Amino acid sequence: MWISRDYSRCSGCRRCEIACSLYHEGVIWPEASRVRVFMLVPGAEVPHLCAQCDDYPCVKACPFEALSVDDRTGAVIVDREKCTACGICINACPGHIPHLHPRDGYVLICDLCGGDPQCVKVCQEGKWDALRLVREMPQSWQLYTTKLYARTPEDITRDLVKVLFGEASEEMI
Amino acid sequence: MKGYAGKFLEVDLTSNKVAETRLPEETLRRYIGGRGLASRILWDRIGEKWDSVDPLGPENILLILTGPLTGYFPGGRICVSGKSPQSNGIVGSTVAGEFGIELKCAGYDGIIVSGEADKPTQLFIFDSHVELRDASHIWGLEGKETFRRLVKEGREELRRINPRFGEWKDPSILYIGPAGENKVRVAAVMAKWTHAAGYGGYGAVMGSKKLKAITVKGSGPLPEVADMEGVRRLIGEVCDELYKNELFRRWGTGHGGYYYGNQTSSEPVRNWQEEWHDVKDYGVDRFDERVWVKRFWGDYGCPTTCLKVAMPTSGPLKGAVSDNPDYELQAYVGTNLGVFTPEGNTYLSARVDDLGICGINGGNVLGFAAELYQRGLLTKDELEGIDLEWGNVEAFAKLLEKIAYRKGIGDVLAEGTYRAALKLSKEKGEEVLKYAVQSKGIAIGAHGNRSTLDYPSYIAYACSVQGGDHTSIAHLPLNHGNSELTIALYDSAVICWFNAWTLPETLVWDFINKVTGWNISGEEWYDEMARRIINIQRAALLIGGPDLRWKPRENDENPPRFYEPLPSGPKKGRGVDRREFEEMRMEYYSAMGWDENGIPKGETLERLGLGEVDRVLKDKLGR
Repeated sequence: MWISRDYSRCSGCRRCEIACSLYHEGVIWPEASRVRVFMLVPGAEVPHLCAQCDDYPCVKACPFEALSVDDRTGAVIVDREKCTACGICINACPGHIPHLHPRDGYVLICDLCGGDPQCVKVCQEGKWDALRLVREMPQSWQLYTTKLYARTPEDITRDLVKVLFGEASEEMI
Repeated sequence: MKGYAGKFLEVDLTSNKVAETRLPEETLRRYIGGRGLASRILWDRIGEKWDSVDPLGPENILLILTGPLTGYFPGGRICVSGKSPQSNGIVGSTVAGEFGIELKCAGYDGIIVSGEADKPTQLFIFDSHVELRDASHIWGLEGKETFRRLVKEGREELRRINPRFGEWKDPSILYIGPAGENKVRVAAVMAKWTHAAGYGGYGAVMGSKKLKAITVKGSGPLPEVADMEGVRRLIGEVCDELYKNELFRRWGTGHGGYYYGNQTSSEPVRNWQEEWHDVKDYGVDRFDERVWVKRFWGDYGCPTTCLKVAMPTSGPLKGAVSDNPDYELQAYVGTNLGVFTPEGNTYLSARVDDLGICGINGGNVLGFAAELYQRGLLTKDELEGIDLEWGNVEAFAKLLEKIAYRKGIGDVLAEGTYRAALKLSKEKGEEVLKYAVQSKGIAIGAHGNRSTLDYPSYIAYACSVQGGDHTSIAHLPLNHGNSELTIALYDSAVICWFNAWTLPETLVWDFINKVTGWNISGEEWYDEMARRIINIQRAALLIGGPDLRWKPRENDENPPRFYEPLPSGPKKGRGVDRREFEEMRMEYYSAMGWDENGIPKGETLERLGLGEVDRVLKDKLGR
């Protein structure tokens, strides 16, 4: 299971952040959301969330065995007890996607809400279709790697503004 | 207290000090937030000496206020206020974006800025880490560059303070462009690239205080609410309702550039000399095909996305980025200037954004100048070689720069249409106020009332406490959805009109009460709460000063142009009927509990618990 993303369709409404934090924290808390919409350049909104790399570098890098992969969904699961908020997984992620819970000392990584991701639900409700749930990857497509989405917000934004603004994008970021 | 962070930031730029302050729950219950709370705070602090406070001096107070629904009600806005350098009264000027949400998450309901810094300054807020900093390196920069640098610097600073967090999202920023720095009275407080709190002229207030920008990041949750389950359900209901409005989502207000001209004869054309046109090339479909590079764009939680991102991709104007442009700017830096191309309109829209000028008030003064040029009352020499012909995009862009930097004739026009008209009338020995399409120093929004097909009320602007502001109009009955008593609710809870006006009214009350735990009813709002706000605003407006004061009744007027018959279109010949207007004005005064001159009666103010306002008003008006 995996969340496919199309940045150019993101309206920047951030309802995904609202839904995510309501589900996980019971309140609206943008910085505690596991999906975060970056807006480094207005108009170029980037929903940033775990890409579930096939080799899971974050899981491998954790010295405390706080991260594991869910058998059923393929999501990275954080063991809050074991996590020391050392930040090694953040640096191991090619996209620097994980971040720390702003109040409680552990790392935040998308857990696909146990198989029913709330962010996708509200994105689809809004008919934005920027986030889409992919339930299964057929065997014949296993060479395709979702790791391509594990990029930093700056990196993604740089490409996105080129598409949106062409030459005018050069001095934007 | 639910729905509020409970604290306000108190920033004194003169002494370079920042502190926290609290307001009693009773005050918040009465005035909610945003525009309502602004009127209360301003009256408490400078009401007694209102007439002597220079809006562009250190005694003025700049307010940046959220409301209890900020972050909860879908769509994000923040309210900017203070003594307005346009009307000398109080305007609640709201701007979209995430600023209010970040501020709440940082633990503050608002920012109260007083004094004046001795050098360019910026305010940086990261939760309780609040700092005044030098802004010399960004002073003088245009909008997009200011924004780019502040996002970059803001994120670096967040990383420095909390290096282990991971990637920091962009902080939210309010800033001014060169126009605000130069105390141009039509300057806006800007957000993102293209969002502006335009009405009121608060960009000039920020500039007068040498406050270039405010950057905020909050890492906490939104304040606790009374009934989270209820609020969660209501968020869903509001979104579901608004997702249905597919055409508005698809086009935003961009359909207006053709529609309000062609169908309702209410769009300013060449400084309101006409209000009708049939330029199909100015339809929203052409904007869509020719300049929109992003078709759905919204702010925090917004289901409507009336915004679009626009940029001409070829030709001499390519690379100028703005939003839609929305209807107001399609009109004011489009048809009002004789500009009828999506590219030209987007280019001018991008220029007003970058210079930090309000598109409505700026476009209004440009149209005024162009009409003087058309009539030979302003010469090419006086314009230092600019050929201000209708439709000349380049010429209008040049004049905008003169206004933003107060160069040559731009220094006069920078005062806004009304004050410029007064000055030019004197200089030229010819009365030019008749070409000024404004009310109480504030440009009239791009919705004419001569045809009555769009804004049906002749008193809409004449009797509003926010002058020409098309979002806050006088309307009867007072509890009507278009009435400024209703708009004052949106501006005080600080929610977006576009996300509220199509909803059942009970849903908005429900939302407020589920967030705050109070029990506010429509009855209490329209009978007491809204009236308190509007009456404080009215009192401040009538007292005015120091540079000019409005005459009771005499200045509760339509601009002279609205009495001229429309010269073209299906509603040709229609104009405001003076007799009908005067009757409506009297009816409005009476409904508001104002006397025959539009002055709030003592008994009205007493009933609302505003005895002290009555005392000051009587004293200042010499009655």
